[in-house]
Amino acid sequence: MTHKNAGYGLDREYRYGFETDIDTDMAPPGLNEDIVRLISAKKGEPDWLLDFRLRAYRRWLTMREPHWGNIDYPPIDYQALSYYAAPKKKAGPKSMDEVDPELIKTYDKLGIPLEEQKVLAGVAVDAIFDSVSVATTYKSHLAAQGILFCPISEAVREYPDLVRKYLGSVVPPSDNFFACLNSAVFSDGSFVYIPKGVKSPLELSSYFRINARNSGQFERTLIIAEEGSYVSYLEGCTAPQRDENQLHAAVVEIVVRNGAEVKYSTVQNWYPGDKNGRGGIYNFVTKRGVCHNNATLSWTQVETGSALTWKYPSCILKGDGAVGAFYSVALTNNHQMADTGTRMIHLGKNTTSTIISKGISAGRSSQTYRGLVRIGAAAENARNVSRCDSLLIGGLCAAHTIPAQECAHPSGVIEHEATTSKISEDQLFYAQARGLDAEQAVGLIVNGFCREVMQKLPMEFAVEAQKLIGVQLEGSVG
Amino acid sequence: MSLLEIKNVCASVGDKEILHDFSLTIGAGEIHAIMGPNGTGKSTLSYVVAGHPAYRVSAGSIMFKGKDLLAMTPDERANAGVFLAFQHPIELPGVTNALFLKTALNAKRRFNGEPDLDAVQYMKRLKARATALGVSDDMLKRPVNVGFSGGEKKKMETFQMAFLEPDLCLLDEMDSGLDVDALKIVSDAVNIMREKHRSFLIITHHERILEHIVPDVVHVMIGGKIVASGDKALAREIDKGGYEKYR
Repeated sequence: MTHKNAGYGLDREYRYGFETDIDTDMAPPGLNEDIVRLISAKKGEPDWLLDFRLRAYRRWLTMREPHWGNIDYPPIDYQALSYYAAPKKKAGPKSMDEVDPELIKTYDKLGIPLEEQKVLAGVAVDAIFDSVSVATTYKSHLAAQGILFCPISEAVREYPDLVRKYLGSVVPPSDNFFACLNSAVFSDGSFVYIPKGVKSPLELSSYFRINARNSGQFERTLIIAEEGSYVSYLEGCTAPQRDENQLHAAVVEIVVRNGAEVKYSTVQNWYPGDKNGRGGIYNFVTKRGVCHNNATLSWTQVETGSALTWKYPSCILKGDGAVGAFYSVALTNNHQMADTGTRMIHLGKNTTSTIISKGISAGRSSQTYRGLVRIGAAAENARNVSRCDSLLIGGLCAAHTIPAQECAHPSGVIEHEATTSKISEDQLFYAQARGLDAEQAVGLIVNGFCREVMQKLPMEFAVEAQKLIGVQLEGSVG
Repeated sequence: MSLLEIKNVCASVGDKEILHDFSLTIGAGEIHAIMGPNGTGKSTLSYVVAGHPAYRVSAGSIMFKGKDLLAMTPDERANAGVFLAFQHPIELPGVTNALFLKTALNAKRRFNGEPDLDAVQYMKRLKARATALGVSDDMLKRPVNVGFSGGEKKKMETFQMAFLEPDLCLLDEMDSGLDVDALKIVSDAVNIMREKHRSFLIITHHERILEHIVPDVVHVMIGGKIVASGDKALAREIDKGGYEKYR
């Protein structure tokens, strides 16, 4: 089974190919210690990492899948899944003529350049593909400043001390069921290291998004920003992504040292299932960063994909003066279910956090904002401001807001504001009376609703994300 | 050929019929005014022409430039050249005036088989029109109708109208809630827009706006239909004597 974030057109081909042609580089279904050993051996990992995986696996056996989320899905049979597949090339379409025209239409709507479209659709391209050489150039540019940016499997080989020191330091395997599973069987992911005082000159990963695609269903990302450094990291892609693996359980760990700043932006557009709620990715993600003195971490996410989303990017504001932020747009349509939010844990003095969450529900989808703001007993003068706005489209969707607040220091200030609104018939008519068709009108109104968050995204990403919102809403009015 | 031809239209909202056998013809380049007391169906008329989904037309026909307007969606009507300036303009939070007008202009251009204006061409055109009508950069950057005063909202409606260059302008009580200065600004904009091919339908309670925008024809509307028509002298007469004699 190859994991390839291929487009709609290819999905069918993969599935059929996979049934008739099970290749030898794939582990049999099921999870046990031997499988964990196999994964580690196939990747040529050192003993300490095998040990990390095995301890996680044993712990996982004692844990139960959490069901407190406001999402509903049939039981997952963990023994029916396969946990290892060697990356290998499959024959894709030979030219764009062979790619599903619907897919090309979506790419066009998103404004993806033709060359990138070819790669996304899996069309074989010339060896000297432009963006590959561009990527190589930028990589050497980064290396010159001491910035490390590579697949985590490579980092295990090249920078084992760093990986060993930090892996599991922010999200320990025992943290939760899905993080624990990930720790046992993680496939690959990204590793970023920014040395002391270095400001990354590039938005990491925007230039590499095509090359960094084969990270697998159990993605593991580790970002370390040393004292006084800065990096903006982009994850994901607005292009629709399909994967034959239904279950995804990723872990992202971020360490932000004194005075450093990390901006982590995500656009998630995994296959959400069809209009009737069949298929689609189950996305169980654990993302967390720890901020030391005067460090800043911001999570910005635009979530439009997946059948199920279970995700709470969090900040542990450990050091004094640390700053955390969570800016989120989550859009659900048809039968999608999302339970998402954040946790801001204030431990240091004078720590501040901001939460802006914009949820849009359409179709028969259901969406829950779940947040926790905790001000610890030692967190003098901690402040949080939260705003959660929900927008409903049509009468069959649902939106819930579940904010939890705990304040253990008398000087702590927590502010929470929440609104729920609907796109009114008058708003739609007003926009239509200016010549916008119903879909354009809804797209514009929804983008207006989430503008505050979109503005936090890097410029290029923001433009694509706005188009994505429009595309995802198609068919939700009328 | 007449630009707009409304023939024997019956229209209702919910179960209530508001327009009864209503007819009105507006020629190209003409300015018509409809006066009438509250609740007589004046605003309904403008919504029916613009295509508001809450209003149902049960009988009659509306032709615009020789085409069946009732068969068109609200956006098709707008792109074909109908513009409704709202009595109560609607707020679109987070949607800037600049973006809103760009989307609207390009929708119209596509409808007419023209290519979209790129960002530079668009901004040039927007700035030029804004300057001419005294609309500041700041107003263009603010969300549509959010935090605007009543007068500013009407001014922006007029600006949208001037910018989109429609053929038929429906002004639904543009004068309500305007002070003398604001009324003059709005009226001046309309007068600048007067052209041979462009027609206006001004819906109002008061004769006051008609002092600034001189109509070719004045109609009195009562109980969902037109009961009298004349020239601007009719407006003055109503200003003095009220609607009593037409009831």
